[in-house]
Amino acid sequence: MAKYWWKIVATVILLYVIVAGILIEIPYLPKLKESIRNLFYHVPMWYVMLFSFLMSVIYSVLYLRSNKLKHDIISNEFVIVGLCFGSLGMLTGMEWAYIQWGAPWSNDPKQVGAALTLLIYLAYTILRNSLPDPDKRARLASVYNIFSFALLIPLVYIIPSHLASLHPGSDNKPFEALKTQDSLLRYVSIPAMLGWILLGLWIFDIRLRIKKIESPEIFTNE
Amino acid sequence: MNRVIKYLATILLMLSGLDLLAQTAIENKESAALLHQNGQIYLVVLVLVTIFAGIIFFLIKLERKINKLEKNLES
Repeated sequence: MAKYWWKIVATVILLYVIVAGILIEIPYLPKLKESIRNLFYHVPMWYVMLFSFLMSVIYSVLYLRSNKLKHDIISNEFVIVGLCFGSLGMLTGMEWAYIQWGAPWSNDPKQVGAALTLLIYLAYTILRNSLPDPDKRARLASVYNIFSFALLIPLVYIIPSHLASLHPGSDNKPFEALKTQDSLLRYVSIPAMLGWILLGLWIFDIRLRIKKIESPEIFTNE
Repeated sequence: MNRVIKYLATILLMLSGLDLLAQTAIENKESAALLHQNGQIYLVVLVLVTIFAGIIFFLIKLERKINKLEKNLES
């Protein structure tokens, strides 16, 4: 029971987010109208992706320092979770853009940056799976993963914030969207971020335990 | 596989019950009056919560299955 408490917390938070996200009174926004509610569902996907890739790069660094294969496996599982949520973020973003911007794809700097990020991390999985030797695979994948994360931050956050973009936070004002966000929205958007990150961790936990069952020898010799 | 079909059937049966609830509510206003308020937005909430419950149910099932495997491995 003690091990499961955070999974129950995740379920309760997300239940609140789903119900409150639909029912909460929102400020009147002439262009976005009711679609601002997507803030509670579309944006957290990217936070889960960012969190997963951050954890993944931490474990890559740990692998390079310790040479323990389990660190590489943890890192890889985080990349897979991040890719899943990133793809969901991309899909939901395109659905939102189709209605709000008139087309699912309009070469918005943030869209392009996010697409490049997903491709870079897809290349990570291909690179990792194409090497048969486990030690070489772990080493190369870890180094590549650090480069990927070093690209992710400028591609998704820094470059789009310096260009004119349809997304909020462009034109050198990266935090404008957060500052001007109505406090009512925060009651849902912050729990949403937390809840979805916890759900991502839950999925990661399940995947990692499968790996532990498949190859216990990697995880037992500390 | 058999189990999967069993769970799917259970969920489908549960959903068909909801459908009935929505239909009879037109005659029986008290039973599901909430679902008809505010342009039936509560109905959408109910659907979303059902989907979410299904996903959590699936995750818990996976969790149980892995627990069992972990126990087998220990013994």
